[in-house]
Amino acid sequence: MSDGVVIRAVGLKKYFSAGSGLWGRRKVFVKAVDGVSFEGRQGETLGLVGESGCGKSTVGMLLSGLHRPEAGRVFYRGQDIMKLDGRERRRMRRNIQVVFQDPQSSLDPRMLIKKAVGFPLEVNRLARGAEVTRRVEAMLAEVGLRPEHMYRYPHEFSGGQRQRINIARALITGPQFVVLDEPTSALDVSVQAQILNLIKDLQRRRGYSYLFISHDLSVIRHVSHRVAVMYLGRIVESAPRRQLFSAPRHPYTRALMAAVPTPDPTRRRPLALLPGDVPSPVHIPPGCRFHPRCSEALDVCRHVEPTEVPVGSDHWVACHLWGGGA
Amino acid sequence: MPSSTPRSGIDPMEWWRRFQEEHAWQLREFVFTLGLLRRNPSAVAGSCIIAAMVFLALAAPWIAPHDPIRISLSERLSSPSWHHLFGTDELGRDIFSRVLFGARISLRIGLLVVGIAGGLGTVLGAVAGYVGGKLDDAIMRCLDIVLSFPSLVLAMALAAALGPSLRNAIMAVAFVMIPKFARLVRGEALAVREKPFIAAAKVSGAGHGWIILHHVIPNCLSSVIVLGTLVVGETILIASSLSFIGLGAQPPTPEWGAMISVGRKFLMDQWWYATFPGCFILVTVIGFNIFGDALRDVLDPRIRR
Repeated sequence: MSDGVVIRAVGLKKYFSAGSGLWGRRKVFVKAVDGVSFEGRQGETLGLVGESGCGKSTVGMLLSGLHRPEAGRVFYRGQDIMKLDGRERRRMRRNIQVVFQDPQSSLDPRMLIKKAVGFPLEVNRLARGAEVTRRVEAMLAEVGLRPEHMYRYPHEFSGGQRQRINIARALITGPQFVVLDEPTSALDVSVQAQILNLIKDLQRRRGYSYLFISHDLSVIRHVSHRVAVMYLGRIVESAPRRQLFSAPRHPYTRALMAAVPTPDPTRRRPLALLPGDVPSPVHIPPGCRFHPRCSEALDVCRHVEPTEVPVGSDHWVACHLWGGGA
Repeated sequence: MPSSTPRSGIDPMEWWRRFQEEHAWQLREFVFTLGLLRRNPSAVAGSCIIAAMVFLALAAPWIAPHDPIRISLSERLSSPSWHHLFGTDELGRDIFSRVLFGARISLRIGLLVVGIAGGLGTVLGAVAGYVGGKLDDAIMRCLDIVLSFPSLVLAMALAAALGPSLRNAIMAVAFVMIPKFARLVRGEALAVREKPFIAAAKVSGAGHGWIILHHVIPNCLSSVIVLGTLVVGETILIASSLSFIGLGAQPPTPEWGAMISVGRKFLMDQWWYATFPGCFILVTVIGFNIFGDALRDVLDPRIRR
């Protein structure tokens, strides 16, 4: 596999059962992820953006193995992870790590930082004793913390430092692919920038590949090489960053971009807000799942679900306006 | 030339410095907790009683004026005097000495029972709460059966079935106490297992056993300590009750409950026989209970800061 693809997800689906229906006859499912495919390339960041509840975090959970998908495959360097048996899969999982959103609750308040960062080495039998200490020290230095921080507890750190510790924990086993699940949305804006730069810096030096999940378009724009826009459990548009931000094609992507506030008060634009709320993922609208809120919806949108079609080099859109019905 | 090569042995000063560094937070927290306890009157009273009991128990061989099981029929049933501070029993044994040695037995029972029940209960509760599902149901329903009996009645039945002896009484009481710890820890484990750091541990390759041992149990420990303190008091009471009805300590062991049991027959004419062991049970149990209550208040994070 030398096409530079580290992770390939094909047709991932994850349904959560949400109790039974009104009379207890049929089960009701929340279709959190409903057929998602993408590629994560070597040394690149794939930004996954969408509103809250669109299933973007669930995609991260599926990749990291915290949830099992109902359907679909995950390939790591061409190898199907789902098909591996227990021990092989564990070894494979080491290559895919996650940094969670809330730096506070991602750390055990009763666990010393040295152990919180070093335990992946021990449970995976990669190092023992003094070797663990040495590698934790090196890893902390890598994320901008000092060696004496090893002997402290999480509550002694600021939010930004805690997120650095979480990043150190995720990276210490030397993963190839890191899922960053909104790693900065719980932080102050000034600290956000530091963490984003750290993440980019680590990528430049070590060649990590990232899946960066966020609801914040400006953050996504800052870190991503490619961007995928998700709506109600599906990716509706994906393109290289520059192309997506200069020429968004899907009406939903355009609406998202129009909602980003501009720091220029003279360029006051009318806010093109999306009408209505995100529909419940229990009752996904038929046809194009975006049509009830789409200002450009055609008749066909109500009945036929659009498929992804190329609209430029490496630019894909699932929308009837661009011929997605063919 | 003095070289700075590290010595192979462990230097105690170096070890202590290291310990302080690694556990600085816990030490600070511990000192802070002590400060809060000192300002809490019932904690002070409780800990004084417990400390006094522990001292009496440990020092019994030295401060007891007589051998607790030496029979002296010429002095039988003599009333309290300077020679026999609490008087003597029907075989002329010194009740003060017997009460002091009884403190050893009662405290040992309390600690053993809390150790056994606390250990087993914590593990069962942590596994039930963390794993959940059918295993949780199986463990907790079994413990509910135990819990559905009044603890004294069940302990009596078990002790009677196992045969009257101090060891069997300890096992019976420990068994009865397991569900208390298990339920408490299960509740906390349910909350802990949803925390993102558990997900992080899973992604990093930690197994369920590792997570229970290093995440779930440490996070439940402070509540277990509080409950343990309260259970010591209850245990002493139940163990004394078992001895009182003849299912615990056997003669000539100077156990408080057993002493009251015999002394009851002489209560009308020799009030001191049953009264002094009874007072010691009362004071010890109250000491552990009020200290446990105070500890719970002090460790409660909502009150703490």
